[in-house]
Amino acid sequence: MIRSITQQKPIEEIERLLEGMGRIFIIGCGTCTTLTRTGGAPEVEEMSRTLSEKGKVITGTTVVPVACDNLTPQILNDHGSRINQADALLVMSCAFGVQTIGSQLGAMVIPAQDTLFIGKEKAGGGFNEICIQCGTCIIGETGGICPVTTCHKGLVNGPCGGTNGGKCEIDSNKDCAWTMIYNRLSEQGRLDAMRKYQKPRNHLGEPKPGKYDIPV
Amino acid sequence: MTSAFKKALDSGKFVVTSEVAPLKGTNTEKFVHHVELLKDKVDAMNVTDHQSSVMRFPSLGGALLVKEHGGEPILQMTCRDRNRLALQADLLFAHSRGINNVLCLTGDSVMLGDHKEAKGVFDLESSQLIKTIRTMERGKDLAGNDLDGDIKMCAGAIVTPEADPIEPQLIKFEKKIEAGAEFIQTQAVYDLDNFKSFMDYARGFDVKILAGVILLTSAGMARFMNKNVAGVMVPQTLIDEMAAAPKGGALKKGIEIAGRMIHRIKEEQICDGVHIMAIGKEDVVPDIMAAAGL
Repeated sequence: MIRSITQQKPIEEIERLLEGMGRIFIIGCGTCTTLTRTGGAPEVEEMSRTLSEKGKVITGTTVVPVACDNLTPQILNDHGSRINQADALLVMSCAFGVQTIGSQLGAMVIPAQDTLFIGKEKAGGGFNEICIQCGTCIIGETGGICPVTTCHKGLVNGPCGGTNGGKCEIDSNKDCAWTMIYNRLSEQGRLDAMRKYQKPRNHLGEPKPGKYDIPV
Repeated sequence: MTSAFKKALDSGKFVVTSEVAPLKGTNTEKFVHHVELLKDKVDAMNVTDHQSSVMRFPSLGGALLVKEHGGEPILQMTCRDRNRLALQADLLFAHSRGINNVLCLTGDSVMLGDHKEAKGVFDLESSQLIKTIRTMERGKDLAGNDLDGDIKMCAGAIVTPEADPIEPQLIKFEKKIEAGAEFIQTQAVYDLDNFKSFMDYARGFDVKILAGVILLTSAGMARFMNKNVAGVMVPQTLIDEMAAAPKGGALKKGIEIAGRMIHRIKEEQICDGVHIMAIGKEDVVPDIMAAAGL
């Protein structure tokens, strides 16, 4: 399953974002940030304690089931007065949830997280970014492994000169996408696919911001 | 017009290129000093492009300085900092100023340099940049529009003969040649027997190969490269040789080793020439060449 992967902002940044706001309501998310342990019930509780110690008044906390769901604002209505008393809502979901709550409640929302990527769960815990939703998929020619995502530079014609021992030049814990692709295609007897020149990428798969209307 | 470097490549002579690196800031005195020192000794000088992703005076400006001071520049172009519009525009400008040799590189990650938070572009990569040059030479830009005025470039690329694993690297090498690379400057090679087996393979392609020679300045530097530079492997015997140099004599030993390697490459006709990288010690390139008997 895919998840929105987040990392909590440094507390100094959160304090700066909350400057001048004395009363805070904290919202966690029962889905992705619970799974990544960045914005589930324990983290919301911890944040509440930290901010209280720093002199903030916490008007209330909750963990909504799915922050990015359009029903979230209705769920939050149950907390009506405690939300209304707050100067800001500190949202410990990913940016999808923050924006959903912000746009529908019209309230001041402050993200507690940086949203890193849409990740695929790994066996044994953790997440990998395997697709950046570029809009022009080439994995049919790269053994089902996406070089646009998996290669740090998004190279589509083979490895750069920085690859070393099958690892990436930026991090010896990251696999070199093109070593992986080579191995996969080699196993499949399809190395010809790697020899094929890929023309410069089309960056206009779907111009930002992406938009999709269901055909009627 | 065929560049002087291209003529040297085609002449069948043993070609020698070296590297000059623009520095950070507008003071180009040292750079020009190196150009003056090397211009009559080497066939061409590579001008590095924000080497190691550290922001400096631009390679295009450096190549222009080489030209103005009577040298033959090889413009190094990475795909790290410019999209396809900027790369094509710089190629047009380079040609208009008589800069007709380009080394096409993908470029190091921005994260390895001094502006770590910058956006790495990589709109194109090395083989696509070579192909772009060939497209422009046919009078079209990458969008298929007509170009007013000719452009001609001697285009090259790099290869890492000691890459691990080597197979994906060789596929990339072949793609660069298919895209139109006329010359290849290799990553530093130290084990010439290994390099000879790479050349047994590479001789099968219609491309000139210049072996990369990085000047060793200490045993520590050799160990550092082995640990930190992808595809560079300094054999223990050379490290021992550097370590055994008398105090204050490491640079001299490094020059001797580089000279000896170049001499052997030339004598045994292992490849078509050498590319000398004296990183920060460009002053001694003439000494290396003298040690090589060039």
